[in-house]
Amino acid sequence: MIDFLNSIIVLLNFIIIPGISYGSQLALGALGVTFVYAILRFANFAHGEIMSFGAMITILFTWFFQSQNIGLGILPTALLALPIGIIATIILCIISDKFVFQYYRYQKSVPVVLAMVSIGVMFVINAIIRIIIGTETIKFSDGQKFIMKAKKFKVMTGLNEGLALKSSQVITIFITILLLTFTFWFLQKTKTGKSMRAFSDNEDLALLSGINPDRVVFTTWIIVGVLACVAGTLYGLDKSYKPIIYLNLVLPIFASAIVGGIGSPFGAVVGGYVIAFSEIMVTYAYKKFFVYLLPSSIEPTGLVQLLSTDYKFAVSFSILVIVLLIRPSGIFKGKVL
Amino acid sequence: MMKFERYEWLAITIMISLFIFVGLIQGWSVSLVILNMCIISAIMTMGVNISWGYAGVINFGVMGFLAMGGLAAVLVSYPPIAESWQVGGRGLGISFALLILLVIAVMYINKTVIQKRNRYILNSLIIFFGILIIRHFYLNATHNIEDVNPAIAGFLGGLGLPIIFSWIVGGLFAAGVAFVIGKVALGLRSDYLAIVTLGISEIVVSVLKHEEWLSRGVKNVIGLKRPVPYEIDLQNADWFINLITYLNSSKLNNIIDVSDRQQVLNNLIIDGSGIFVKLSYAILFLIVMLIIFYFANKAQLSPWGRMMRAIRDNETAANAMGKDVVKQHLIIFVIGAAIVGVAGAMLVTLDGLFTPSGYRPLRFTFIIWIMVIVGGSGNNLGAIFGGFVIWFSWIEAAPLTTFIINQLTVGLEPTNALKLHLLDSVPYFRYLFMGLILLLILRYRPKGIIPEKVRHS
Repeated sequence: MIDFLNSIIVLLNFIIIPGISYGSQLALGALGVTFVYAILRFANFAHGEIMSFGAMITILFTWFFQSQNIGLGILPTALLALPIGIIATIILCIISDKFVFQYYRYQKSVPVVLAMVSIGVMFVINAIIRIIIGTETIKFSDGQKFIMKAKKFKVMTGLNEGLALKSSQVITIFITILLLTFTFWFLQKTKTGKSMRAFSDNEDLALLSGINPDRVVFTTWIIVGVLACVAGTLYGLDKSYKPIIYLNLVLPIFASAIVGGIGSPFGAVVGGYVIAFSEIMVTYAYKKFFVYLLPSSIEPTGLVQLLSTDYKFAVSFSILVIVLLIRPSGIFKGKVL
Repeated sequence: MMKFERYEWLAITIMISLFIFVGLIQGWSVSLVILNMCIISAIMTMGVNISWGYAGVINFGVMGFLAMGGLAAVLVSYPPIAESWQVGGRGLGISFALLILLVIAVMYINKTVIQKRNRYILNSLIIFFGILIIRHFYLNATHNIEDVNPAIAGFLGGLGLPIIFSWIVGGLFAAGVAFVIGKVALGLRSDYLAIVTLGISEIVVSVLKHEEWLSRGVKNVIGLKRPVPYEIDLQNADWFINLITYLNSSKLNNIIDVSDRQQVLNNLIIDGSGIFVKLSYAILFLIVMLIIFYFANKAQLSPWGRMMRAIRDNETAANAMGKDVVKQHLIIFVIGAAIVGVAGAMLVTLDGLFTPSGYRPLRFTFIIWIMVIVGGSGNNLGAIFGGFVIWFSWIEAAPLTTFIINQLTVGLEPTNALKLHLLDSVPYFRYLFMGLILLLILRYRPKGIIPEKVRHS
């Protein structure tokens, strides 16, 4: 029985909790990509950099608050700076729309051209971030680091395995639930949300019914800004902030959005968790888990690892390719908000 | 027959005069270094341009094909390591044979089992257990290989042939990978295809990074043989010393003192050998570029090129006319990738080393795409022009930025924090320039600087 509990704790500690927090970050990112795709109808390669930008502004204000000795006690100061980061990200999104994307929308350019344009935007934001904050790795989480330390858990329960729970993980999960609930409520219940859904379903029909496209687009960018900034900050809080990471994060985010069915918000969230869990589960070495579960005579000798951790990144893409081959529209049929 | 318009001549003149300008200001050595990379970039750009400009097939996997080309350079030119083959060759052979068996089994099941659900279940079972068995042989073999003298070897080595062959082999490698990708992904819509190819190129690079028995992974392969003479050999070769003496005879004759004269001559020889090596590279690369340019143009003007344009402009209509769109897309995707692979092998040849961790999408995929868009998609001269101009500005952005920042902050003290910060971040301004160039071109000249010629035939 103890062995069984121990094995469960191992799973919780190394797969489930990291999976949920990483999955939440991917889900928020993928939700942003999906919104742009459903309303503006292009694959936004700049999304990772928008996330990075939001995180950067949050970090700058975190530093400012820290220097002024303003804090939140046990919670990280970054939470206090997050609203400012969100506002800055929204402004960035709207500026990039006004000066760049709007023109092509009015021209009714094909999606590929808009994707190219978003690569240009990606370069510009990327440069701005590097010029302002450099390329160093930045750790900006403060306050209480752990809610539950591995050692304390061992003493408390008398088990062999410790369960560590970082506060950043709990914050991530909490904020994600909050934000997702709000987003889905907004889409389903409010008038603006309904008009957005109508617009993504059939643009011409929506225009005929008197929906103002500029307003819909404006609201979309606000939502995208909020989601991107929160996702970027949470990722930076959980791991650490490094500008170069976010470009690599774009690919798993796209994978999540497409696996879930691009354009479907619910699919994006599910896709985020699918990608996160498969990345972690395929590359985790299950030796410890089996040592607890199996009798010692048939204990595994190897690491019982399907793929080495080096291929973490490749896993999300293999899943993407498989899903596209078997079910091109994604798990949940995409294209409509 | 190729005929250039006046603005095309202008573009060529601009390109040549840029290098002469840099040569006069920063030295011929710098100019040639930039020129070599420009030529390689131009070849990559032509490769992308062939699939995107001719047929509208998007290829965001440039980085992966370049890496395959680089791998070819290693596998062709590195001397074979007999010991590695001895300890791991058999295991690898068995695992590859088993892999082929596995693929055949899956194909057989796909043909014979008709019910969809059974097929999926059977396939996944066979793949799962097949991989377990293969892994056993494979991991043993690779482990043994990686243990062979890990400091300098630890991989299979190559064939020990002259590296110049690898340019063709690199193209073939890239074409092979492209064929697989194309078979899997070419049915997708263009933006999905972009993401999928980008992702697969990441997978290719991560395989090269971590399969140490094949490519030495992050430990890098250094000291690849050159196709051109080494500087040190040139400096001791009589004919080269005579050549330098002859070229600089008027200058040398003015110096009367013998030891002074010898000193000046030695310096000239050292400089000259560096330039000679770079010049030989440039000539080799230029030959390849011109060959590819010639055939690319020929193909574009041929009926086949016309069919490609028809497919690009209206897929449905082309399909209705009986053109096999899927097949043609696959063909042009493979050809484009092969050219990129050639460029990848040339890149490694120029550097003399293979660093899998150096392949990053920003530098090796997106910049190439900026070259294509800026130069003008669908026009080969435009592609070359884009490659030259963008690489040139990528390199010269740093000195230019330093100059601009110094001019703007001329009123500030040299210890001013803002000025120092800006000067520290000079290398990042090139990303800003690239983004702005791309955005401006897409906005005001969406067909590129040298647009595709409209043909009424």
